[in-house]
Amino acid sequence: MAFPLETAAHAANLRRVVIEPVSRVEGHGKVTILLDAHNKVHQVRLHIVEFRGFEKFIQGRPYWEVPVMVQRLCGICPVSHHLAASKALDIIVGARQLTPTAEKLRRLMHMGQILQSHALHFFHLASPDLLFGFDADVAKRNIVGVAAVEPEVARKGVLLRKYGQEVIRYTAGKRVHGTGSVPGGVNKNLSRAERVELLGQIDTIIGWSVEAVGIIKNLFIDHAALYKSFGRFDSNFLGLVRADGALDLYHGGLRATDAGGGTIFDHADYQNYYEYIHEEVKPWSYMKFPFIVEKGTEAGWYRVGPLARVAQCDFIPTERADAERIAFKAFDGGAALSAPLGYHWARMIEMLHAAEGIKELLLDNDLSGGDLIVRGERHLRGVGVIEAPRGTLIHHYRVNEDDQIVSANLIVSTTSNNQAMNEAVRQVAMQYLDGRQLTEGLLNHIEVAIRAFDPCLSCATHALGKMPLEAELVDADGSVIDRLSRDTV
Amino acid sequence: MLIFGWGNPSRGDDALGPALIERLEAALPRHPEWGDVTLLTDFQLQPEHALDLEGRSRVLFVDASVSCAAPFAFGRIQPVRDFGYTTHAMKPEALLAVFRQITGGDPPPAWLLTVRGESFELGEPLSHIARGNLDAAAGHAESLLSGAWPHPD
Repeated sequence: MAFPLETAAHAANLRRVVIEPVSRVEGHGKVTILLDAHNKVHQVRLHIVEFRGFEKFIQGRPYWEVPVMVQRLCGICPVSHHLAASKALDIIVGARQLTPTAEKLRRLMHMGQILQSHALHFFHLASPDLLFGFDADVAKRNIVGVAAVEPEVARKGVLLRKYGQEVIRYTAGKRVHGTGSVPGGVNKNLSRAERVELLGQIDTIIGWSVEAVGIIKNLFIDHAALYKSFGRFDSNFLGLVRADGALDLYHGGLRATDAGGGTIFDHADYQNYYEYIHEEVKPWSYMKFPFIVEKGTEAGWYRVGPLARVAQCDFIPTERADAERIAFKAFDGGAALSAPLGYHWARMIEMLHAAEGIKELLLDNDLSGGDLIVRGERHLRGVGVIEAPRGTLIHHYRVNEDDQIVSANLIVSTTSNNQAMNEAVRQVAMQYLDGRQLTEGLLNHIEVAIRAFDPCLSCATHALGKMPLEAELVDADGSVIDRLSRDTV
Repeated sequence: MLIFGWGNPSRGDDALGPALIERLEAALPRHPEWGDVTLLTDFQLQPEHALDLEGRSRVLFVDASVSCAAPFAFGRIQPVRDFGYTTHAMKPEALLAVFRQITGGDPPPAWLLTVRGESFELGEPLSHIARGNLDAAAGHAESLLSGAWPHPD
């Protein structure tokens, strides 16, 4: 089915605006907008070029190589793929319950990833828009601009991210391409000396995380009308929760709720995720559109990620983050829960939770235990699900009796947010672009909406000088009548 | 001295940066005259890498490029605000600018060695052409380490 503004009735008579690629999201994103002679918006689409080659890339490989290989999917969240693959392969090697040492080390690694990824997004990708305004001078609207005006914000952002990277290095064994998590457990523990070293900075990290929540909360309070209405729409939510309903980013059952908070399903076993979630293919997009089976394609699309997780969990099991969750949900009668910019607020609450969680784990002597791996009855298929920084990440593998990967299916969080991101850019196009002369600042409003989701396109390719931002106005006959360009320096 | 190469080892010629670092790692034990050299790699250049620049006498960045002349390009770089900032990854000039902002001091003298790549497909090895470019670029890096650094100015 088509949603409002998804497909124009008479596209041939309309002007076409292309924003390609969307800046500050890695990979390749493109927005196309069809306008009539009066700049009225008739069609808006976010196209994302998804790389589907990875499943084929690992076919025939021995399964124990997979947790390391999948890290090469993405330079931004390699740890999430490392852990999701490990969890799927735990099932294959019969390790449904890991040792306390193994599970806690993996949780610590994951908390490090959440901390560094959320810090990168907020301080380096989102804060330029948030601190300077969506249509500020483009020369100012980047991290270096932030550093010039708010040097402490920029410095703390760098150091928060660095700390998260250090947690990963200690737990994964290496700074990049870590090998810490293996099918059935982990291959090293954390020494007491390593724990003491990481604990030395953690109170500072928690303090800075509290400040970060304060920055975005105050932006919501000070600019309530803008922040709660910008690109706003209602949707279902999906994410993992712990058995007692707590936020759990590493493990749990699947919970789906509707826009009113009503339960669609709860504590669903993710080994059978395909009974709850299907994917729709649309002719204009490379990326699929997942939906909740029970609600169908029209009403079953959903959001994942920080906003969904914080909105639908019953509580956060760390004190300060839970207090911030309560404030977040109470803001203006729940106005932040439907707002795309609410992602930033929820993301910082999760960063605080990660900082608090890292401290709790580092104080736990189980991290230095020696019982690292378990094995059990062998299986030929396994599913691993984790709440990655950007949302629910699903890895599904089948192996043969020779231990080779036969098939793989990955559903990344950006795919789950596909329809939601399209909805956000359509709302923003209607709110800000409809009937107006386009400017770079106005077009940046579209990108602000997309960046709120922190989309990740599993793309670590980079090529200097290859990614300018361009917006073109094209007549119905195909001739370019105007062009906006923001080239790389 | 720091030599920092980045790229995804599983995306064809994107691996040129890490591959050059591997070459230097292998050669390092045979060349005590190179002195104190730190070799680092990562998938992408990120803001926190500014902290890796602290205390270095000079820095050489190594990356793949589809737009430089073959077999490689080499030149001095200066801190530059990166107005493009099109991906999660940063350009080395922007990293130098972040260093200046967060430390308040000037970054170490830095050069960029870009190695021409042709194909960046997932799961592909280095292309034949890129291997030749890598040989030339690695030779240039070794000559720099052996004392042929240009003057920073």
